[in-house]
Amino acid sequence: MPSTPEASGSAVQREKGPAPALELRSITAGYPGRPPVVRDVSLTVPAGESVALLGPSGCGKSTLARVAALLHRPDAGSVSLHGAPVTGWRYRAPRAQRTSIGFVFQQPRTAADPRLTLADLIAEPLRATRAVPRRDRAAADEHVRPLAASVGLTGDLLTRRPHEVSDGQLQRACLARALVLRPSLLICDEMTAMLDASTTATLVNAVESYRAETGAALLAIGHDRPLLTRWCARLVDYPALPVPASAGPRPPSLRETAHHH
Amino acid sequence: MSPLLSVRDLSVRFTVHRSRSRRRVAAVTGASFDLAPGECLALVGESGCGKSVLASALLGLLPANATTTGNALLAPAPPAGDERALTADGTALENGRGLPTGPGDGPNLPTGADAGAGSGSSLPTDADTGAGSGPGLLTGVGAGAGSGPGLPTGADAGAGLEGGLDLLSAGERVLASRVRGRLVGLIPQSPAGHLTPVRTIRSQLAETIRELTGVSKADLGGAVLAAAERAAFPADHLDLHPHELSGGLAQRAATALALVGGAPLLLADEPTTGLDRDLVDRTVAELRGHVGTGRTLLMITHDLAAAEQIADRVAVMYAGRIVELTDAASFFGSPGPRHPYARRLLDALPTRAFAPIPGMPPELDALPSGCAFAPRCAAATPVCTTDLPLLENGVACHHPHTPIPHPGTDIPRLSDHPEFPADPAEPASEHPEKNDALHS
Repeated sequence: MPSTPEASGSAVQREKGPAPALELRSITAGYPGRPPVVRDVSLTVPAGESVALLGPSGCGKSTLARVAALLHRPDAGSVSLHGAPVTGWRYRAPRAQRTSIGFVFQQPRTAADPRLTLADLIAEPLRATRAVPRRDRAAADEHVRPLAASVGLTGDLLTRRPHEVSDGQLQRACLARALVLRPSLLICDEMTAMLDASTTATLVNAVESYRAETGAALLAIGHDRPLLTRWCARLVDYPALPVPASAGPRPPSLRETAHHH
Repeated sequence: MSPLLSVRDLSVRFTVHRSRSRRRVAAVTGASFDLAPGECLALVGESGCGKSVLASALLGLLPANATTTGNALLAPAPPAGDERALTADGTALENGRGLPTGPGDGPNLPTGADAGAGSGSSLPTDADTGAGSGPGLLTGVGAGAGSGPGLPTGADAGAGLEGGLDLLSAGERVLASRVRGRLVGLIPQSPAGHLTPVRTIRSQLAETIRELTGVSKADLGGAVLAAAERAAFPADHLDLHPHELSGGLAQRAATALALVGGAPLLLADEPTTGLDRDLVDRTVAELRGHVGTGRTLLMITHDLAAAEQIADRVAVMYAGRIVELTDAASFFGSPGPRHPYARRLLDALPTRAFAPIPGMPPELDALPSGCAFAPRCAAATPVCTTDLPLLENGVACHHPHTPIPHPGTDIPRLSDHPEFPADPAEPASEHPEKNDALHS
């Protein structure tokens, strides 16, 4: 199931050879005015390999995923992608680094622009990076059609907007969107937590076909041990964090904590 | 034997406008099932198969563009075992329980007649049902509880519920004043979204208790504590607002609200969605515990693992129809599901073959005339595309899987399957993928 580390295909890998696709060193991250959610966590995803990060809701693994995807600047620690250190986050990250990562969020509804049809949703990264001209529908279609078919989206569905499709169908589109720029690292943050068994199997198969074809690395985050055991070559249990005894408002992602177990 | 809830031929149609044309969406079609008191039925299926619509229909919570037909008879009074479980908590819930035992439910009920048949019942108070409950209550209902697959699903099975209340034809006033919270408790899909964000859990519980029961002002504080206790909600978190609660605690708060009215029927709509595995296990165990105290649970879920843990029986829905209705032990264990869709659904689990079902479910506004699963089914023959199979002997299929497992082709049990085949892309189903080409 996992492709070998030697499997090549992406430009970044050819340049960097055996450097890990993702290396997180001593990351501490959190949100202003609150104790850090992630404390001194290190994680490595070797090139071409699949790593699963397992942990209960609210343990900080989604924050760590956002750090890895350059969407959230850590308070301390360093990140490198294919051996290249990351110096900026969000729009301060160089485009080549940003676009080498594909990210699938847990909630497709909040991750999709309600105004776009599914075809435009999938093509948006191509247009945003000017890989295809914004008005050139045919060029975008060339990329979108085969990718959409690989996640099981066909025909009429691509012309619909998010409110006209199910969560499962929308998540298929979100996966296709994450793959459209051919990332060398794919991060799936609870990609299938809301989905039924059949859609889950479809999406995981689509990810694995893409990886077999391109040699991309995978960081899959979740709490479903049977699924991640089946899916990924290596499992990492997220270290349990001590939780401050005082209650009070918590960050939105911190939902379930150790002392309630 | 009298079921607590008897649903017959329930259909829901939505009228929607898409691309400037009016369409009728067949969300639920011809659903029929019985729920015995003390039983847990899991309604499973892929998202969009109509299972949540079915739940909303039972509570009269569908939007205005929905049309509902069929009937859903609810036994007019809670079984006695339930009442005792509640009063044992020390809450003065009896005052609120004089509810719907009123008109028409007395004479035609088989009170006492069945009581002798109540052997093997999971209801703890079967022996003393006659004692304090009076002739108006449905008693002796326990016979069906443990019998699972033996329950009749024919059109006449609801005969014992002649005095019952039809949830589908009841008006909003009846639903609001007698049904919701009192006869049917809803455990919602997203507890955090179900709770009022600007009020504490204590204040929400107090309001619900005040509305649903006759507890006096002086006793309200104690009743709130008892209600929280019943759902294992920690008393020291009662003064928090919903956003300060973890997912698991919000779930318990919502469950506590659903239990307040002493409703004999609990309706849980995807109660485990978005929770992590440990929390799912705990939520399921807690729900199962409430079933153990005499309540009846209809759990709607796409989480097959959760369904396996909790259910006595399983109903599988596909494209708005119940395609299989069977005993949970035989469904998840041996001989396994009989409907090809149900078999493929179980095969999609990561603990089994992890093989996706090719294609996608049909659009509910353009259902084929034959079996809705035929285009995705490896066993389909021409008759499947023309004739709609109806639910017979618990399965709606022209070619149900034989209950006798063939060597090497039966689906392994979860417990027998600690390690996994090498390639998840390789479907390990018994059916060749001959129809794949049609849908890729």
